[in-house]
Amino acid sequence: MTHAAAVDPLGAKAPGGAAPLLKLQGIQKTFGAVRALDDVNLEVYAGEVVALVGDNGAGKSTLIKTISGAGPADGGTITFDGRDVSVRSPTDSKALGIAAVYQDLALCDNLDVVENLYLGREERAHNQPFSRLDEVAMEQHAIELLNELQVKTLASVRTEVGMLSGGQRQSVAIARSLLGDPKIVILDEPTAALGVAQTAQVLALVSRLKARGLGVILISHNLSDVFEVADRIVVLRLGRNGGEYPATDDQRQAVVAAITGVSADSAKAAAAAVPEPSVVSTLKKDQA
Amino acid sequence: MSAAPQTVAERDAVDLTGSPISRTLRRLAAGELGSLRVLVVLALIWIIFQIANSNFLTSVNLTNLTLQIAATGTISVGVVLVLLLGEIDLSVGAVSGLASAVTAILSVKHGWSAYTAMLAGLAVGAAIGIFQGTVSTRLAIPTFVVTLAGLLAWQGAQLYVLGNTGTVNIQDQAILNLASVFLAHWLGWLVAAIVVAGLVLSELGHRRQRGKAGLVQAPVVSSVLRLVAAAVALFGGVFIVNGDRGVPLALVILVGLVAIFHALLTRTKFGRHVFAVGGNDEAARRAGIPVARVRTIVFMLASTMAAFGGILAASRLQAVNQSSGGSDLLLLSIAGPVIAGTSLFGGRGSVWGALLGALVIGSISNGMDLLAFQSSVKFMVTGAVLLGAVALDAATSGRRITRRT
Repeated sequence: MTHAAAVDPLGAKAPGGAAPLLKLQGIQKTFGAVRALDDVNLEVYAGEVVALVGDNGAGKSTLIKTISGAGPADGGTITFDGRDVSVRSPTDSKALGIAAVYQDLALCDNLDVVENLYLGREERAHNQPFSRLDEVAMEQHAIELLNELQVKTLASVRTEVGMLSGGQRQSVAIARSLLGDPKIVILDEPTAALGVAQTAQVLALVSRLKARGLGVILISHNLSDVFEVADRIVVLRLGRNGGEYPATDDQRQAVVAAITGVSADSAKAAAAAVPEPSVVSTLKKDQA
Repeated sequence: MSAAPQTVAERDAVDLTGSPISRTLRRLAAGELGSLRVLVVLALIWIIFQIANSNFLTSVNLTNLTLQIAATGTISVGVVLVLLLGEIDLSVGAVSGLASAVTAILSVKHGWSAYTAMLAGLAVGAAIGIFQGTVSTRLAIPTFVVTLAGLLAWQGAQLYVLGNTGTVNIQDQAILNLASVFLAHWLGWLVAAIVVAGLVLSELGHRRQRGKAGLVQAPVVSSVLRLVAAAVALFGGVFIVNGDRGVPLALVILVGLVAIFHALLTRTKFGRHVFAVGGNDEAARRAGIPVARVRTIVFMLASTMAAFGGILAASRLQAVNQSSGGSDLLLLSIAGPVIAGTSLFGGRGSVWGALLGALVIGSISNGMDLLAFQSSVKFMVTGAVLLGAVALDAATSGRRITRRT
């Protein structure tokens, strides 16, 4: 699998050997009589991008919430960095080094980029109640971080976030998730509602997270994005594992088949009848 | 949607062209320099009244104006804090009345010293703020409702505290001094000089720090312009009021409070959290900001400022009566910051708006008094200016909103 080839240029964050950073086994989650997740397994290695795909209601968000602590699992085990852990709240998840960027980004439009990056973790000149904020340090670190991530389209880090484009806002939200020094970053539909150029920006940023040695879980409806940036694709279908595929172009039909539940052969037949790009574009429309 | 980055790029490209002055003018037109615009409005009002009555821009009248706005302006400081959260506090007038009644009764009827009586008044304000903030955050009741209930209840409490007498005349000189003491002429100059020197030093330090860190500097011209403007305002103001009785203590208190709260809002973690909660409270909550605590503290500060404003008003009137804190005080103390560009939806505004808004409203009222207009006309004109200022704001900031993605 591709994770074996993953190189960590920073050499700091990858665990030794090929043990997964995060391992979910037999995850169960029920809402009343509805079994939202049934015996789901997922592994994430350092320095790889795992795409989590599936139709609406397949359980992607529910699974993510069991990792981020927003909706703890009812059963199953979570292993992080080789240790069995329990994730009961967002605080637990944060403490382990798991950061999540949700679709609504949770940015304050009236604050500038630096202020948003440091929201809730402001740096102060002295550690006293009324100490002034250390704006110079925060601005310096913000510029360093954004340069490292090669977020270059910002005219100034003192621009109000409300004035930024969708891709820039997504970049700011992702950069902010890195300030807590996480090992795993969960991105929930980072390219939804973005134009072509902005999608490319965000996908490039995802690759840089991987290059930093982070494990990235990418949720997306957009298969062309997934194939462009992911190493491995995990399909969820009706709350169960629907298969796992390397993200190579020859797997496209198999992934589509796994998502829709149609057998690969009949998917191929359908694809033969209709030119392949339109299959993908039909799927793309789903995200709207 | 995909056109958005081009728009932003275009805007930035446009923003970086031209001289600093033409850039400033453009930003003024775009509504990004709210306080500069209210200064233009204020200048217009002053020119109109000066043409109508040459007594308007005299030392005596302008000194009276500062005394007239001290109480409203102080209450407005707290109102700005609440507006920044996107909330409203309708009880500030009633709280100012109750706090001044408590202070007066303790001082006059119970023989408390002026300072302990005033502290007790402020404590009443703080306690009310904590109560209203806690009720609203814990029970998730809109602050509009909580403070509306407060408006009624504290008015009742004021009547109760004042008892049968109805009016209490303040005799303690220390309380009366707040509105009747003027700085000696030389002291006024000295204070202005110290403040200007402090501003220059702080700007130099700020620039040196950013330079050392290799960060982008604001153009030297804009720093110089800002400092010159501040110096002109300070020395000019001292020059004018020294033509009469000198700098009123009440004005020093108001400007001092505005400066302190401005620093609190823009330089500290707490201030940043206030803007964050006002901008997007869900984002603030997820970033780990204690949203309920921030809200409660803001309501406490607002009620404390209201109490202080009430004490200033009592000092000027030299008495507290049943209508103290009533009438149009609440409405004017909210209208002021709104005229000066504070957003009712939270997250945008400056505490300087409290001072500038109070100046605009005070000038209208003062000027119309000079021209012997009836209060019927006064109210209608103030209402029209409020609507006009907000309409101007909406028209210019519309351009800003449509740029958002």
